[in-house]
Amino acid sequence: MAEPAVSALDQVTRVASRDHAAAGLLDGQILRRGAISSVVFIYLGAILLGPLAAMGVELAHVGVLDALRSLLAPDALFALRTSLVLTTIAVVVNAVVGTLGAIAVVRQRFLGRALVNALADLPLAISPVMIGLAFILLFGREGWLSALVTATGIKVVFAWTGLLIATLFVTLPFTLREVAYVLEEIGTSEEEAAATLGAGPWQIFFRVTLPNIRFALGYGLLMTLARSLGEFGAVLVLGGSISGQTQTATTFIHAAIEERQTGSAYGMALLLALTSVLLLSSLEWAKRRKKVK
Amino acid sequence: MKSVAYALTPTRSERIARSFVVLYIAALVALPLLALVVFGTSDGLVALAAALRSPLARSALWLTLWTSVLVGILDVLLGVATAWVLVRYEFPGRAAISALVDLPLAIPTLVAGMMLATLYGAHSWIGSNLDAAGMPVMFAAPGILLALLFVTLPFVIRAVEPVLLEIDPAEEEAARMLGAGPWRTFRTVFLPAIAPAAISAGIRSVGRALGEFGAIVIVAGNIPFRTLTAPVYIFGEIESGEPRSAAAVSVLLLAVALGLHSLAGTIEKHTGARHG
Amino acid sequence: MHIRVEHLCKRFGSFAAVDDVSFDVEDGSLVALLGPSGSGKSTLLRILAGLESADSGNVWFDDEPATDLHARMRGVGFVFQHYALFRHLTVEQNVGFGLSVRGVSKEATAKKVKELLQLTGLAGLEQRFPSQLSGGQRQRVALARALAPEPKLLLLDEPFGAVDAKVREELRQWLRRLHDEVGVTSIFVTHDQEEAFAVSDRVLVVHRGRIEQNGAPMEILDSPATEFVARFVGEVNVFPAVVRAGVAQAGKLEVRVQGEHGPGESHLVIRAYDLKLWREEPGIATVQRVVTFGDRVRVQALVDGAGPIIAQFPRRSSLLKGVEPGCRVQIDVTTARAYPAQASSLYPLPAT
Repeated sequence: MAEPAVSALDQVTRVASRDHAAAGLLDGQILRRGAISSVVFIYLGAILLGPLAAMGVELAHVGVLDALRSLLAPDALFALRTSLVLTTIAVVVNAVVGTLGAIAVVRQRFLGRALVNALADLPLAISPVMIGLAFILLFGREGWLSALVTATGIKVVFAWTGLLIATLFVTLPFTLREVAYVLEEIGTSEEEAAATLGAGPWQIFFRVTLPNIRFALGYGLLMTLARSLGEFGAVLVLGGSISGQTQTATTFIHAAIEERQTGSAYGMALLLALTSVLLLSSLEWAKRRKKVK
Repeated sequence: MKSVAYALTPTRSERIARSFVVLYIAALVALPLLALVVFGTSDGLVALAAALRSPLARSALWLTLWTSVLVGILDVLLGVATAWVLVRYEFPGRAAISALVDLPLAIPTLVAGMMLATLYGAHSWIGSNLDAAGMPVMFAAPGILLALLFVTLPFVIRAVEPVLLEIDPAEEEAARMLGAGPWRTFRTVFLPAIAPAAISAGIRSVGRALGEFGAIVIVAGNIPFRTLTAPVYIFGEIESGEPRSAAAVSVLLLAVALGLHSLAGTIEKHTGARHG
Repeated sequence: MHIRVEHLCKRFGSFAAVDDVSFDVEDGSLVALLGPSGSGKSTLLRILAGLESADSGNVWFDDEPATDLHARMRGVGFVFQHYALFRHLTVEQNVGFGLSVRGVSKEATAKKVKELLQLTGLAGLEQRFPSQLSGGQRQRVALARALAPEPKLLLLDEPFGAVDAKVREELRQWLRRLHDEVGVTSIFVTHDQEEAFAVSDRVLVVHRGRIEQNGAPMEILDSPATEFVARFVGEVNVFPAVVRAGVAQAGKLEVRVQGEHGPGESHLVIRAYDLKLWREEPGIATVQRVVTFGDRVRVQALVDGAGPIIAQFPRRSSLLKGVEPGCRVQIDVTTARAYPAQASSLYPLPAT
């Protein structure tokens, strides 16, 4: 019975020595905290807070009202309207496709399910410029679907349709992924319970499934909104940024910078930045709510 | 494989809806990528290699590759540190900063580039001083790095945060009680838990950085052989009517991006880490 | 409602979850499906509810074919193991769900919900969400919700599995009272034999997708049909034995047995409370351990030539006088059964 006594003693001395060293340890702890925090704040300052502040100062310098007033020019208004229409369509389409697609991928078994699952995730991994190029190769003069373009008369390259297709491509994953994740987490038992209680498929969907995924869907749609408003590379390549025709809010900024129209560039950038801050706070709210309890 | 309950077997209209969705996704994603790959390799791999042998293409690819990998590494290190500070330290404004970390998801990349240009450009106090000191940020590699760090900022932080929150405080206390110092505690308790999430998110950062266009196009200045990255090179080739060399570089970048994507996916699948 | 199940089979891949199962459930009775986890009892329940399809076989509800009836048309109430309450709905809305999807008027629904909440002791919690309830309360909401559309059959999957021991005992008694009050034919799944015997009119012991025995609780306790049933209901001792003329011999232990005992190797099964032992020289066994827990005493002894045996006594039993580790004891078995030994490959002897 000697062993436990020794180890207990050992523990006591260890605790005692720990207390003894507590003062020194505390200093070390504060030092470490300080060091890590400084690194992190310098990092965030250099890439996030600093640039954000600089933008604010610059805007104050240029004059917020002047900057916004420049958006009343016809081509700026046109670009804004184009972005709004594209975003609206992207949100509506993704609400439907994301929900149905997630249900199919998570709840159903069919041939090609794994492929759809993988494809739906891909747009996040591909450079926007390549997306634009890929669609040019598909719908361009020598493309596989050029016959379709001639037959229907619907132009894609350097046309509004191209902007839409590019926007739909880059926004595909957001709702589908979010909704699929929550469906997986929640499981099927509530839906089964509804079935045993006499609910039909539509009743199950609208009264059980949809309420359960609503915050995930909302989060996905906010991301869709942010991405379609902010998409630049794909719409630039496929749309060509033709003023008054295929220019969106972002390609408008690009063109304004190239033409040294700093005022209009900052005006549009301010509008987009404000929108994204608004979006960000909605995103944070939806993120808290979408967690499965 | 989990079987789906009989009572929830899809009805006819659900199956029709499913076919539309499957067709939509296949047409929207698979078709263009297939076209890109076929076109990029249509003249055979020899032609592909020849297109890649152009000095400009090679320098652009190299620039993109090293900046992306460096950004991935920095993201993992600084991202873990940031997540650590955000989760474990109390300080005024923590909630606001934590929320701002998601800003790169919400803000157009082009606007992000403008923000960086405003802070580090020659017109600003910081920019002019850095230029004078011989360490230009704008139109130089540091600018590219900053832009890439910005757009990939949330990746590692958001992947590591939930893991840090889930670690049982008892584990940490046990390690301390056994006499482990802070670094040893971190290595034995925290590191194994956060490593898979941090690494897979870091890989996704690299993938994202490889393809970034909007944030770079303003900051980098796109000087051939110096600050012209691969995506900007592709854009330039398309603009000047050279889709073939654009496609060749694209196919290479695509292969790397898809490889990284599936690597990150594999890590996430085997460790339960989740991205996004 | 009278339920008849005929030759039901269900496979998942190569695994037979339900293997040629047939049984009847009388109208108004409360039946337990008792078996270890993975025995197929939950799958059986899900087939009855229409949540799972059978590969073959038939289900009849009051002599009407119900095999291909969709879950929502069956009029079956189902209480899920983890309740599956609608997390976005209040208690009131949860209970009223089955009525409102059927288009029952708001007034009628409200009236029925109120009645059920009274019956289940949930009055006052109408506006709570499931996340704001205790485990026992959730269980009651799940039950009230299943009862609201006045089902002809109530199915409960491990109804008390997710609540702690004390609440479980209360809920058990409450379920029995509720069943007697409402009178709906009920089938519940459990792996807890005590629960099955305490609550039900009939017990179906399920093992490897088959019904091992179908009988009243007493029947199953007193004359278990198979070795599996004998082992599953209560603590038992099992010895390889030779049976001749109704007497089984295992080492120095000689026991008169009931049940099958054809020629050849048998398994002698003795329940821990079906034997007596007392201190006696020379005796046939040596006591190894004596453990007291609550009002019972467990004695473990080593029978000469047969191996360890466990006996249970009331704490104050006079037989225990002088029984202590190392002493010799004599053993008298009051009731024992023998089963053919080929079953032994299915149910390995407990490690001793």
